[in-house]
Amino acid sequence: MGRIANRVPGGRQRPAGSDREAVLSSTLFDKLWDSHCIESDEHGEDLLYIDRLCLHERTGGIALNALLEAGRPVRRAEHAFCMMDHILDTRPGRTDRTLVPGGEQFIARSRSGAAALGVRVFDVNDPQQGISHAVSAEQGIALPGLSIVCPDSHTCTLGALGALAFGIGTSETEHVLATSTLRMARPPNMRVTVQGALPEYVTAKDLALYLIAEHGAAGGSGAAVEFDGEAIAALDIEGRMTLCNMAVEFAAATAVIAPDQAVLDYVAGRPFAPFPLPSAEWQALKSDPNARFDRNLDIDARQVSHRVTWGTSPEQGVELQGRVPEPKDRNERQALAYADLAPGTPMTDISIDAAFIGSCTNARLGDLRAAAKVLEGRRVAPGVAAVCAPASTPIKRAAEAEGLDAVFRAAGFEWRESGCSMCFYAGGETFGPGRRVISTTNRNFEGRQGPGTRTHLASPAVVAASALRGRISAPEPR
Amino acid sequence: MQPFRTHVGVAAALLQANVDTDAIIPSREMRHVSRRGLAAGLFANWRYVDAAGREPQPDFILNRPRYAGASILLCGANFGCGSSREHAVWALAEFGIRVLVAPSFGLIFRKNCIANGVLAAELSAPRIAALAAWADADPQVNRVRVDLQRRAITGGGVAASFAIDDAARMRLIEGLDAIAFTLAHAERIDAFERERFARHPWVRLPRSG
Repeated sequence: MGRIANRVPGGRQRPAGSDREAVLSSTLFDKLWDSHCIESDEHGEDLLYIDRLCLHERTGGIALNALLEAGRPVRRAEHAFCMMDHILDTRPGRTDRTLVPGGEQFIARSRSGAAALGVRVFDVNDPQQGISHAVSAEQGIALPGLSIVCPDSHTCTLGALGALAFGIGTSETEHVLATSTLRMARPPNMRVTVQGALPEYVTAKDLALYLIAEHGAAGGSGAAVEFDGEAIAALDIEGRMTLCNMAVEFAAATAVIAPDQAVLDYVAGRPFAPFPLPSAEWQALKSDPNARFDRNLDIDARQVSHRVTWGTSPEQGVELQGRVPEPKDRNERQALAYADLAPGTPMTDISIDAAFIGSCTNARLGDLRAAAKVLEGRRVAPGVAAVCAPASTPIKRAAEAEGLDAVFRAAGFEWRESGCSMCFYAGGETFGPGRRVISTTNRNFEGRQGPGTRTHLASPAVVAASALRGRISAPEPR
Repeated sequence: MQPFRTHVGVAAALLQANVDTDAIIPSREMRHVSRRGLAAGLFANWRYVDAAGREPQPDFILNRPRYAGASILLCGANFGCGSSREHAVWALAEFGIRVLVAPSFGLIFRKNCIANGVLAAELSAPRIAALAAWADADPQVNRVRVDLQRRAITGGGVAASFAIDDAARMRLIEGLDAIAFTLAHAERIDAFERERFARHPWVRLPRSG
């Protein structure tokens, strides 16, 4: 790599013209990027300042121990956090023991590495423990205007708070630990405007699955996506997190939503949030009226209905009342073979063996409430295995305070401790080969939930309704 | 990191779109807190009849004797999408893959490749298909040549220029330690941070412990 040139951060993105014009035509994403850009080099990369880093036990141990072995300190340990979420046990009464072979080592080495380097750990039985992206929001570690990274692709969830948030690899994690920076090229800007109102009972998850099905799993093509429009403003913070979470399944570099009063209300009083809030500064975090985007997509929220996937990519989805499509290429034929589905089958004729409510996508309090509303006073169909793992321990406790755990248990769901749980298979728990799962998670990849396990992605209410009927079903208004 | 200049190797094709990092290395194959020992888990769900038993699936391209020693993988669009696990790249590299050619890559995966000295080159799907067809005629003889300095990929009737951004190209060619490189400019980071904390004091958290 060559010498660093001292250029105006973001200079190459500016249109020719007066400074005033340039200042008034920035996107929200560019404002966030510019405010973290230390310098630009002649190869088109920027050195970005990183305000917060979250680690987790699946990869944290490798990154932390690499630093220890190299004798490098963590440059700003008080801005780094380590969560236990990926492979820890979610069965009640858990310890470091996990069903994942060798899993204890991942937990122990992350914990010891973090302790040696002064990084705060949200440990296995910490009352604030949870999935990284849930914890960082709940604790006020992620805030509007901050840059926050984590070696997990769903870090883009936190763009819902107006943060510059994205997933990184392990080498980049080491780089952030050692330097508080990342070197990367600025992605292009894409705006996805969602006008109108989502129909009743249709959720952010349905919107995300609709967007990805309409425009493809590569539709975001590496852009930073800003979601805006009436339907986005109407989403609560949890719904915005679900939508931004799924942006990585759209191949977006990240997603961001301008922080409004709802975000300020959400953030206020959280343990790592400032008091008083810099409200004026945060509310200025929005795209200028004449901001230029490299691409614009418009979505009519009224066109979105309950969604469910049929294949092995999040783009392979249809409306719940739709049918399994005719495969249009080799990819889709392979997906149908894996899913063991015949073209033309109505989605609501597909029987399921299991239901999972969990993950950083759809296991926050509102998701659990939506599912419980469907489940209340009913039982899952005979033979259906049903598991609920809240996204964080505070969410779990809040749900229990409302009696939601009793609703889930009475319906036949297992009520788990918080963690990534059965969103992916690390060698521990799976519903089994050939079993068909309807799941509130984010990925229906081949083998994601276990070898041969078939995954259908849907919203919490659809998963709950399907568990009751033993086949893919829409929630009935009640 | 091993600098990358040119490479000539056996090219195997895996042309389906959206090959995700769970497919490249399933999570259950990440058994140790280590960057090593991952090659056996590469494409485990496809490469073995039964991943637990490790009986090779004879049809899988990397198991076919005619592709022995493959070091170039010709791929479909959005290769390496999904999970950020760098293990996917570590597994590919340990297996012996030095070059990936695809119409597009998962963003985090692409950066992980560069960080580990694996070339992720972007080329149009028809050209990739043409290279794959030529290589497939006699993989051990019809070796694909990649010249990173010139951004050139050649094989049979294909002589194309692939896309890779300048920064990634320089990083691969020079094989530098990215952390050491950045720390050489530590005073600029310090100065930026001082100004950031001064203007936005709420960004700074108290030192713990």
